[in-house]
Amino acid sequence: MKPGWERLRAWFLLPAWIWLWALFAAPFAIVIAYSLLTRGAYGGLSEPWTTESYHRLLDPLYLEIVLRSFVMAAATTAICLLLGFPLALFISRSGRRRNLYLQLVILPFWTSFLVRLYAWMFLLRDTGLINTILERLGLIHIPLPLLYNNGAVLLGLVYGYLPFMVLPVYATLERLDPALEEAAADLGAKPWPTLLHVILPLSAPGIRAGSILVFIPALGAYLTPDLLGGGRTVMIGNLVQNQFTTARDWPFGAAISVGLMALVGVLVVLALRRERESLV
Amino acid sequence: MKRWLALHAAAVYAFLHLPVLILAAFSFNASRFTVWQGFSLRWYHAIFQDQQLVDSLWNSVIIALAATVLSTIAGTLCAYGLWKRGSALLSGSLYLSLVTPEIVMGISLLALFQWSFRWLHWRLGLHTVILAHVAFSMAYVVIVVAARLRTFNPTLEEAALDLGATEWQAFRYVTLPALLPGILAAALLALTVSFDDYVITSLVAGVDSETLPMVIYAMARRGASPVINAISALIVVIFGTLVLISDRVRAS
Amino acid sequence: MEFILELRGVVKHFPNHRAVDGISLRIPRGGFYSLLGPSGCGKTTTLRLIAGFEQPTCGDVLLNGAVVNHLKPYERNVSTVFQNYALFPHLTAAENVAFGLRRRNQTDVARRVREALDLVRLTGKESRYPAQLSGGERQRVALARSLVLQPDMLLLDEPLAALDPKLRKQMRLELKEMQRRVGITFLLVTHDQEEALSMSDQLAVMNAGAIEQVGAPPEVYLRPGTRFVAGFLGAVNWIGGIGLRPEVTRISRGQPSNGARFRPATVTGSVFLGNCVHVLARLESGEEAVAEVSRGECAYTAGERVHLCWNPSDEMIFP
Repeated sequence: MKPGWERLRAWFLLPAWIWLWALFAAPFAIVIAYSLLTRGAYGGLSEPWTTESYHRLLDPLYLEIVLRSFVMAAATTAICLLLGFPLALFISRSGRRRNLYLQLVILPFWTSFLVRLYAWMFLLRDTGLINTILERLGLIHIPLPLLYNNGAVLLGLVYGYLPFMVLPVYATLERLDPALEEAAADLGAKPWPTLLHVILPLSAPGIRAGSILVFIPALGAYLTPDLLGGGRTVMIGNLVQNQFTTARDWPFGAAISVGLMALVGVLVVLALRRERESLV
Repeated sequence: MKRWLALHAAAVYAFLHLPVLILAAFSFNASRFTVWQGFSLRWYHAIFQDQQLVDSLWNSVIIALAATVLSTIAGTLCAYGLWKRGSALLSGSLYLSLVTPEIVMGISLLALFQWSFRWLHWRLGLHTVILAHVAFSMAYVVIVVAARLRTFNPTLEEAALDLGATEWQAFRYVTLPALLPGILAAALLALTVSFDDYVITSLVAGVDSETLPMVIYAMARRGASPVINAISALIVVIFGTLVLISDRVRAS
Repeated sequence: MEFILELRGVVKHFPNHRAVDGISLRIPRGGFYSLLGPSGCGKTTTLRLIAGFEQPTCGDVLLNGAVVNHLKPYERNVSTVFQNYALFPHLTAAENVAFGLRRRNQTDVARRVREALDLVRLTGKESRYPAQLSGGERQRVALARSLVLQPDMLLLDEPLAALDPKLRKQMRLELKEMQRRVGITFLLVTHDQEEALSMSDQLAVMNAGAIEQVGAPPEVYLRPGTRFVAGFLGAVNWIGGIGLRPEVTRISRGQPSNGARFRPATVTGSVFLGNCVHVLARLESGEEAVAEVSRGECAYTAGERVHLCWNPSDEMIFP
């Protein structure tokens, strides 16, 4: 590239580099450092450098939380795929109304996430709309415990992350050559076999991208299990938040975060490597 | 099969939108209970009577505007620089910041600020929140502007140079105007993401820099009055309108 | 059931556009047929109507004597070779060819695939993916994929358009040869008149949604039914209401004496084309004409007064 452009580029990237080192790398480095320290007498940090916090992670109590988070994230991803793929397919075939339908998927994204979670609280709690209606209709006499359990958290996670599955899948579907579907029909394939043997395999990149964008944030979700789980459904995110506030055990909280980020790193690398392979 | 897809789509859209619509509908409920007892605007009036709410709203606006300006400028320049020649480190970090769970971003920024207290004499406050917001919204801005750049024809810049412009002038007078719709869209996204944030903000905000989401969270936790319904409805309408406007602007 | 394909008054209207405006056609079993016409004339739409991707607004499409208007593409026994081949990128060449067979739960897939690939001379490339094949190889996979299903008719949508010129000429011969060997009726759609003329047993010339003429190549070229057909199949000199092909238009310095018709003209230039020379001349009546002259003849200079002459039997006259 010509030197004039190189200079412009260097200047332009300066703020981004500052962002990277000061606001992204440095914080993580500090967290890693914290994870190797010890909890101070009044909370905070104190001297002995130790890997004790990491050992504590192996305690069955915490492993249970990690496992639950994994299961929740996996279930969320699977349900988002089941709900999101047909929707993406629908939008890609909707012709002129395509932009409208896309906007309808993106719109929730612009609405405050907190508000959207509260909407479910409003619907699901004991004095919420669903219970009130059921009681009014005489179908139940005591309120159903719809809120503050794993099911509600799963519902909230799917609700929150569904657009993140739909959009990448749609992007891939939209780029599919329509002639491929016609060729399949021409060769004798009915709609469902065409979907199974042609469309689905070719949407794999979009499905992979969507899965990462759902699984990883769901794994580290905090707000959804907090509000919809009411403290009973403890996931990794809640555990971390807890260490940095009430429990005031920063080293332990840091260790959990480092563990989580390591996991995220591994998943991202694995996923990106698949991408490069398919580009060959 | 088309019919099944349409049915499914309708069901999913209902799932995505009904809860908030119902919430907004009940913001006009005269009663504080989940039983409809007539139309009323009392909860909207109540918003403006709550000083804590109004203060937090003001904080949220200031933070969002400041963070948006900073991240839009930095992000746009970054997207352009990466478009000229990529950087795996920068792109990878931006992607990573996008998928990093908010709680991890929040505590790491908190750790950074706490550590900085030793050297700089400041405390948690509006400024730390603004910095934190810039931190997590960078990636969004870069993505939106980068997408816009992909539709830009680089030959136009060459033409500008050919006609005597310097590289900076080519950017300033040829590329930048073409990118403007994308930059505005990115700014709107950064504004929304910043205004809405709870997790990271709650960790790095000081005592007197409460934001609207923090107040809403406290009210939601307490199971409080339909004032939340009213605030929610307002937020939805305001941001929904902003999005529609930005779309019209982009389409023209 | 002598006709493999019959179109009876087929009309296809789109919201803003009358693509096919009443076409009737009959194609007998076996042989190579072409639909020739400029872009937008409706030939691709006609092909899609036959394949089942569009339904006629009115009229009937009959395959093997039966009306198939409402049959889906996977219910019709015709197969299409698409313009950009539409090979499935996630399947190897062999798996692409096997696709249709698997949909029919056909036995003996491996053998049939092998035979089909041998037919198109792609043995050895079975496990390559489309991205790893050249344009010509991809086209052959597309052919094999369709032929392996032994359809009643093979539809080809501008199959040679994506190939480079030299390969195109070679493929014309190969396709013609393949049709002869396989015996299936081929229907080709193209805008290239040389292609249609060189490959077809019969061709139909289309314009603005209608068929202007059907016939064997020599007939359509030498005795075009309309001015459009004349002009589309080759160059034409329009002289006083009659048409003349440049290759039958001669130039002589003096008046010809052998019963040929002639008109005085002034040479305006000449173009050297390698295998012949085109001499451009303007008649007194103002019309411009091109005469094809062999290399050996002495050169004509601009401004020279000559006579344009031709045999009356070569005239193309239209009502």
